[in-house]
Amino acid sequence: MNVIEVSDLTKHYGDRAAVDDVSFSVEEGEIFGILGPNGAGKTTTVESIVGLRTPDSGTIRVLGLDPRQDRDRLRAVVGVQLQESELPDRITVREALDLFASFYDDPADPRRLIDELGLAEKRDTAYRHLSGGQKQRLSIALALVGQPRIAILDELSTGLDPQARRDTWDLIESIRGRGVTVVLVTHLMEEAERLADRVAVIRDGRLVALDTPAGIVSMVDPEQRLRFRPSAPIEDRLLTDLPEVRSVQRTGATLVVTGTGNLIGAVTAVLARQDVIANDLRVDQASLDEAYLALTSSRSPRTAKELS
Amino acid sequence: MKELRALVATEAKLLFRDPITWLAAIALPSVVLLIFGSLFPPLPDPELGGQRWLDLFVPSLLVITLGTLGVQTLPIRLATYREKGVLRRLSTTPAHPARLLAAQLVVYSVTSVIAMVLLVVVGHLVYAIPLPGHPLGFLVAFLFGMTSLFAIGLIVAAVAPSNRAATAIAIPMFFAVMFLGGVYFPRVMLPEILVRIGDYTPPGVQGLQDAWLGNVPQLAPLLGMAVVTVVLGAIAVRSFRWE
Repeated sequence: MNVIEVSDLTKHYGDRAAVDDVSFSVEEGEIFGILGPNGAGKTTTVESIVGLRTPDSGTIRVLGLDPRQDRDRLRAVVGVQLQESELPDRITVREALDLFASFYDDPADPRRLIDELGLAEKRDTAYRHLSGGQKQRLSIALALVGQPRIAILDELSTGLDPQARRDTWDLIESIRGRGVTVVLVTHLMEEAERLADRVAVIRDGRLVALDTPAGIVSMVDPEQRLRFRPSAPIEDRLLTDLPEVRSVQRTGATLVVTGTGNLIGAVTAVLARQDVIANDLRVDQASLDEAYLALTSSRSPRTAKELS
Repeated sequence: MKELRALVATEAKLLFRDPITWLAAIALPSVVLLIFGSLFPPLPDPELGGQRWLDLFVPSLLVITLGTLGVQTLPIRLATYREKGVLRRLSTTPAHPARLLAAQLVVYSVTSVIAMVLLVVVGHLVYAIPLPGHPLGFLVAFLFGMTSLFAIGLIVAAVAPSNRAATAIAIPMFFAVMFLGGVYFPRVMLPEILVRIGDYTPPGVQGLQDAWLGNVPQLAPLLGMAVVTVVLGAIAVRSFRWE
């Protein structure tokens, strides 16, 4: 069942299209990643989903509701953690949760949420004295206190140290474990790869890919790179003649051979025939990181269509 | 209702944790009264028709409370909330950010009334300043004056793009309100023209003074305060940006 359906969403700011004809749907119970560089239109997309922005065209349904017309009903079932939204300096963790709990008819128990999010020791600490990770966890707790069916989390690990980031990721998995659908907005590939069941990659307001993290990797060129130090000199030509090889570069004594297909097999066969041993052989394959860069970098403007 | 109550409770706690603000709002008028009263012993003055200058000065001290809360604390706090995204965050919950605004007005109104009662009691006990002679008129003048300053504060919060801008607008406005309200120089010392301007400048000290002395406050300044409240309040609510 789809809990969020976005069709042909378009939103302009002035002449610039922040979101241009984007469509996707989110299934119940999944972690759905919205990935893209800063300024790609991710935040505008989620702000439209929660009814903070009015799209120029296109339709959005969240649990069957129109985010603009059924704002009040929607807010009761969707928990939102926004980028750059803070709390008053002097409010304590406990007070913030109690306050937000009062907004809902059937809230979660704030005490339990505080425990679950590891904020028990900080329950009486003022917001301004919390660390970045603690603020982020409090923010997530506030998004969950209304017992939402969907949690929308925007850039939640930005500015966190690696440990806090990993803790936050564990937390998100546990949220999904409760049956809450999670929409995760991020510009971090690693985060999407680790958490998301499916990822929508947005660039310049357009949807350039929508697939599982593994599916997205396979969309880009399966280019491989071999690095090794040949035990004896070898002519470039012997390698570049191979149909699998695209290029050969030398950095000092190290050879870097890039290509596709059965690159390792082809190269090692040539080396064996020449009685050359490949010392310190390393193989790099395209990661989701590279796929993401290929999909979103303006320097290599390849779209999903050209890639497939 | 549940969320408004929770918001009021939270805002009250936050104000209480900001002692500079609540001390300025609640205690400062009474403290200033005690200091001035001890420095310049209040004696009946034939030039003031047998009144003591302190009796005429007391209503002006209420301007400290109303000016601090209405023209400074209210706009700066709201602008800060907007800048920090507090209002934006609230707008994703079932609680509309307007409720936060309402909660602030409730908290500042109650604080203002506490300060007013304290001043009346201290003045009465220490300097035998008579209680307001026309209590109903006094209350009306106080409430109208208070809401007019809150409306000005809301306008500042509505138009100021940032916390810094709100502060930059609020501070001179606060001093103007204090000056024309007769806090810095008792109104009996101010030139006639400034006194007349002060009659119509929120919060309308003359009305408070009249009612304190037992007269019915003049209608025109009261109406002026009401117009300021309604017109500025409506513009502020219309033009208020939540983010």
